[in-house]
Amino acid sequence: MIKTDILIIGAGPTGLFAVFEAGLLQLKCHLIDALPQAGGQCSEIYPKKPIYDIPGFPEVLAGELVDNLMEQIRPFQPGFTLGERAETIEKLDDGTFVVTTNKGTKHHAPVVAIAGGLGSFEPRKPLLDNLAQYEDNGVAYMIKEPEVYRDKKVLIAGGGDSALDWSIFLTDVAQEVTLVHRRNEFRGALDSVEKVQHLKNQGKIKLMTPAEVVSLHGDGKLEKVMVRNTDTDEDTEVAVDHFIPLFGLSPKLGPIGNWGLEIEKNAIKVDNTLDYQTNIPGIYAIGDVNTYPGKLKLILCGFHEATLMCQSAYQRIHPDKKYVMKYTTVGGVTGFDGSKKEAPKAVVKAID
Amino acid sequence: MSPRRIMSDIRLKIIDRDGVLHEVDAPTDMNMNLMEVVRSYELAPEGTIGICGGMAMCASCQCYVLSDHQLPEKSDDEDAMLAEAFFVKDNSRLGCQLHITEDLDGLEVELAPAED
Repeated sequence: MIKTDILIIGAGPTGLFAVFEAGLLQLKCHLIDALPQAGGQCSEIYPKKPIYDIPGFPEVLAGELVDNLMEQIRPFQPGFTLGERAETIEKLDDGTFVVTTNKGTKHHAPVVAIAGGLGSFEPRKPLLDNLAQYEDNGVAYMIKEPEVYRDKKVLIAGGGDSALDWSIFLTDVAQEVTLVHRRNEFRGALDSVEKVQHLKNQGKIKLMTPAEVVSLHGDGKLEKVMVRNTDTDEDTEVAVDHFIPLFGLSPKLGPIGNWGLEIEKNAIKVDNTLDYQTNIPGIYAIGDVNTYPGKLKLILCGFHEATLMCQSAYQRIHPDKKYVMKYTTVGGVTGFDGSKKEAPKAVVKAID
Repeated sequence: MSPRRIMSDIRLKIIDRDGVLHEVDAPTDMNMNLMEVVRSYELAPEGTIGICGGMAMCASCQCYVLSDHQLPEKSDDEDAMLAEAFFVKDNSRLGCQLHITEDLDGLEVELAPAED
């Protein structure tokens, strides 16, 4: 069981900055995120897009902002459970919480801060009738164990980087790789597109464009798919062992929606007059995932909410202590790793 | 040339995901796009439209253009996103990429279904 002071659900900018503010109060944090990397939307959706409204940064790329936040919180040694989705929450008799992920990892903390943004990112599934029946029987939405595909016939659908990159990768593993995309054009890194072109010329990737998978067939497990050329409407049967649709990810509020929290407009209602606490004492919601009158879904608002949440969390964890806020310019930053940052001391020296 | 009415609002017809027609006014002087108009009138639940914030990086604001207005060409980003979206038709556009201008007065659109 992972133990921490504040368990943060969501490792986007708001969740990351909460680690810093908690650290100033000597509170330890652990973050859970469904994505395999920290940064949330900033890393997953728009790492190369500039943001212009982060105070003090006239312009910063979303990916850079995440890198900076990771650097800023490093002294406070946050723990991470990445690639796992927070699934259930249990309130113990002593008022603390146990949060369990979809992979069974358990986390124990007196305070839970949901910084879940738009929710956890789930794969977008194509609209095919009997798709669910083949899930784990030939259909997968992400590649976890490439060895599963050794010497198999694999069909990948999609036109983005992940479709291109996995098609390239699997040519060395699978017996046969087919790439299906609705357009002739792919939107991916140029060298990936060129590599696929090269592999296609060598006959190592079978390219079917403009086309889409229209039906799945097989007894118990996937055996073949029907691919329709969207120009000619001509159907081609392709024998496959695996069908991997890679259509990106879309966020879903997911299991958090069933935690007994008050939800309004797909967001968690919080007390914005005080500390961004939800209707369940000890559970807070900060950043894009919360709502209150006048709410703005801005990173800078998330930073503020995270800061006030930490003050309230401190009081909850140390009810008998009184904390006096100290400016970092005065108190410096003392990390849990023993590092210390502080303003250089003024020199007191007479001038002759 | 006939005298031109000074106007900062245009009229839009928007059919929501339940098939209900809404006639709404949209300002041309507030740097808005169609997705934002739909959100400001709450014609689709928050969290189901404009998820990426208007960067043509999700298709949650996809709509079908029903009137024969001359619309600006799709950008490469919009075109690529629509290539990966579901429920796409020939008249599909991303609402976030349609800037509210006087040329859009009378535009009629239908919101595409939400992805599950």
